[in-house]
Amino acid sequence: MSAPEPIIARVLSRLGAATLDAIARLGFATRFFIAMVKQSGTAFSRPQLIAREIYQAGVLSLIIVLMSGLFVGMVLALQGYETLVRFGATESMGVLVALSLVRELGPVVAGLLFASRAGSAMTAEIGLMKTTEQLAAMEVMAVDPIARVVAPRFWGGVISLPLLAALFSTLGIYGGYLVGVRLIGIDVGAFWGQMQAAVDWRYDVLNGVIKSIVFAFAVSLIAVFEGYDAKPTAEGVSAATTRTVVTSALAILALDFVLTVFMFRGGPH
Amino acid sequence: MNRKIIDLWVGIFVAIGLAALVFLALKVGNLLTTSEQRTGYQLEARFDNIGNLKPRAPVKSAGVVVGRVESIGLDDKTYEGVARLHIYSHHQFPRDTIAAIFTSGLLGEQFVGLEAGGDSVMLKDEDRIRKTQSAVQLEKLISQFMFSKAQETPASAPGAVPTPAPSAASPAAPPAVTPGAKP
Repeated sequence: MSAPEPIIARVLSRLGAATLDAIARLGFATRFFIAMVKQSGTAFSRPQLIAREIYQAGVLSLIIVLMSGLFVGMVLALQGYETLVRFGATESMGVLVALSLVRELGPVVAGLLFASRAGSAMTAEIGLMKTTEQLAAMEVMAVDPIARVVAPRFWGGVISLPLLAALFSTLGIYGGYLVGVRLIGIDVGAFWGQMQAAVDWRYDVLNGVIKSIVFAFAVSLIAVFEGYDAKPTAEGVSAATTRTVVTSALAILALDFVLTVFMFRGGPH
Repeated sequence: MNRKIIDLWVGIFVAIGLAALVFLALKVGNLLTTSEQRTGYQLEARFDNIGNLKPRAPVKSAGVVVGRVESIGLDDKTYEGVARLHIYSHHQFPRDTIAAIFTSGLLGEQFVGLEAGGDSVMLKDEDRIRKTQSAVQLEKLISQFMFSKAQETPASAPGAVPTPAPSAASPAAPPAVTPGAKP
């Protein structure tokens, strides 16, 4: 009876250590976030730094986001037509495309693309700076790396993603218009008119924007934190980059569920 | 990359991003007309049954949208459904206007239809529409129809179909023809 106990004890202690590690990491992330918000004043006093990060995170993600938006909109229109034509309701295609994009697909897909295109780059950059001891060198020169490196990237991401999500939705609606009106031949007036009658700017558009802002905070925080927390080795940086994409994707989808429950539960009021 | 080019690109990005937001709000979400129509006045209409009427459903007069259903509640004393209607300010209705709940199409959404009367006094803010007509409930209609059918069958039966079994037309016929007469 003495043999199995050490195994159970080992399993339990490993489980406990993993749990404690996870909680400690969460605590460190919170401390990191607070430090970053404190240092954000420095970042905003030098907008040039943030502009560079908006360029890196936003401008360079434009092509992929715009193209994806266009194609998602076109596919939505084609698939929506298949279903709507059975009920003789093809005029509602504008509503279908606009609502799905503005409420869900715009913020979520743009967020996922942003996490893999820009978030991973942020993590890799900061992680590599840590590995090559550039962050340590900054500290030696009395430059706070959180103020100089982390905060501008974070705010650059926070500013970029909502704009990218709006562009994604816009291009998607345009793609839906191309397929629905130009290719299938739905009436132009019905497409836009029904859309405008059904989409409420506050209930649908504003809630979509709020979603994208929440995702922007989550993805940017995960990206800079994983970079800052990466093990200073080549493997560590690569693992941190992977973690950024995986955690961001999960965070976006889970937050999306929570936000949708709060935003779209009872119908418009 | 040179600082000025980065600024230029960031400027372009932010500009088209904001343009996309404006497009979503104005062209897709129709913000302009809603702000135009935000000014208006409130009316109250009480219905015995509001059916599937939802907040934000249109209020129409002669098929034209003249307002929205603002909220729906229940009067705890009279047990009537109370619909508060927001009517756009440039539409005025006489005091004897009738409010009825209609369905657009067979399966469409329900809306409030206003039928203007002939009174010279117009409804004001916070007034109540006295004459209302409830939503038509499909189940009620069907059950009424079935009930009336069931009632007229025995009335017409004695003349047309011989209900009692001893008429002996054929042994197999009675259970097939008059299943309702068995109990």
